[in-house]
Amino acid sequence: MEKRYYQKEIETASREQLRAWQDERLVKTVNHVWTNNEYYRNKMKNQGVEPGDINGVEDLWKLPFLTKDDLREAYPFGLMSKPMADCVRIQSTSGTTGKRVIAFYTQHDIDLWEDCCARSIVAVGGTRDDVCQVCYGYGLFTGGPGLNGGSHKVGCLTLPMSSGNTDRQLQFMTDLGATIICCTPSYAAYLAESIEERGLRDQIRLKAGIFGAEAWTEEMRRDIENRLGLKAYDIYGLTEISGPGVSFECEEQTGMHINEDHFYPEIIDPKTGKVLPMGSKGELVFTSLTKEAFPLLRYRTKDICVLSDKPCSCGRTLVKMSKPMGRSDDMMIIKGVNVFPSQIEMVLLNQGLTSNYQIIVDRKGSSDTLEVLVEMTPELFSDTLGALTQKEAQITEALKSMLGIMAKVTIVEPKSIVRSEGKAVRVIDKRKLYDNK
Amino acid sequence: MTIKQLSIFAENKNGALYNVTNILAGANIDIRAFSVADTQDFGVLRLIVSDTDKAKAVLESFGIVVSITDVIGAEIPDAPGGLASVLKVVYENNISVEYLYAFVSEENSHKAYVVLRVNDNDAVVKTMTDAGIQLIDDETIKAF
Repeated sequence: MEKRYYQKEIETASREQLRAWQDERLVKTVNHVWTNNEYYRNKMKNQGVEPGDINGVEDLWKLPFLTKDDLREAYPFGLMSKPMADCVRIQSTSGTTGKRVIAFYTQHDIDLWEDCCARSIVAVGGTRDDVCQVCYGYGLFTGGPGLNGGSHKVGCLTLPMSSGNTDRQLQFMTDLGATIICCTPSYAAYLAESIEERGLRDQIRLKAGIFGAEAWTEEMRRDIENRLGLKAYDIYGLTEISGPGVSFECEEQTGMHINEDHFYPEIIDPKTGKVLPMGSKGELVFTSLTKEAFPLLRYRTKDICVLSDKPCSCGRTLVKMSKPMGRSDDMMIIKGVNVFPSQIEMVLLNQGLTSNYQIIVDRKGSSDTLEVLVEMTPELFSDTLGALTQKEAQITEALKSMLGIMAKVTIVEPKSIVRSEGKAVRVIDKRKLYDNK
Repeated sequence: MTIKQLSIFAENKNGALYNVTNILAGANIDIRAFSVADTQDFGVLRLIVSDTDKAKAVLESFGIVVSITDVIGAEIPDAPGGLASVLKVVYENNISVEYLYAFVSEENSHKAYVVLRVNDNDAVVKTMTDAGIQLIDDETIKAF
């Protein structure tokens, strides 16, 4: 296959060239923020840093972090770095974990964001001959507007479907012969099911799907690919940094290339804030290099992942990030290994178990123990002990390969794990090693 | 010719067996035979009951995981060597048995029954029948 890029000179630039852009743009952004944003200027002053101390990305560590709490505190205008007259749009997070967060965009900011989405669409094989169906929500949510803009830039015929109304989605998909679809992975799986139910499989022309805004597994990817007859690609982003397209997957499907010319990534130890070397697992931090209205410096995403600078067969030189493996606020350290409930949940779901589980961490002598309680399901059950112990061993093995440590799996009766009214209590840490909030 | 066995998942904890049998009692279901296999953490109860479908429905309504397994019920003389006569056929025909248990019936004091869980019911039914062993069906169980 001929390798195609939306902005070849950037996506395949030498590492030296990229670094030169990053250094220059960081210095410029720091000066811009210092001059135009009182909130961050005060943070810098509190830390004793001035723009003159930042000569390139090697000095980035000197700058204070920004967190979601800062965004809430500064709501609505506190982190704006351009006058309102220069801004043309806001987007907003869903606000499910607290007060909404609002991001502002100048036309320049919209353009660079849409460029990032266009890179993703071209990376999955999109051209002006494609019909791109966007079924992310349109409106305050960044999913719809971002991919819509990217699709325009590539020159695809864009179907601005927004989310929901499956019958209409399928009608346009078949009538107009959509070739690319952008939606959440769970909606893709739902569409696949609906297509099978209606017997429409032979009328589907999809070749690629760009699926993000949700955690999903490799197994889910293969399932969607088989059922929709397309290649499924991941995309990552967050409203605070711009929206979808902060990073995107290429044909190799082994991680998402970060648009490093716009967003500089760091991996830090979430406990100490120390920057970790390439290849370490830790919290992802982004610094805007090019944004005007809402440039965030060292924004902590709380997503835990790994960066890789290994050369990619697609020819892109942009570093790749793994799928987020969890949220830094959920992280447990067991036998010295970082473990996230989301990793355990992913294994259990892949093994056909329910998402009702409980993790019990304890300490026997000087060694940590990890026990995972899972509920028996009719599908899992067998009348022979051999089959049941084999299943237990299979789950144990899958957990070990995901986590790197042994977990004792205990199968319990259905509905015996206590349901809570609000957020489920997934983890019981009996060690009392840390001050657990 | 096979019979239906109720297989039930139970945790190894106080009252688990009582809970299941009490639910069956409440539904007026008679237990003909009962066996338990267990590991450190959980057990599988295997029951032959008077009305398998009803028992499954009522247990499921209490959130219990139940499945129905087709097993072979062989009639044997309730006398020394009775069980051995069936196991001889099992052994000589190289039949792999997952598990088995036996029970007697009040109806016929000279008879006992052995329940066999095998992988290939059809083949084993044929082998047993060819060997002259009397097999029972669900109607026989109901009539007990």
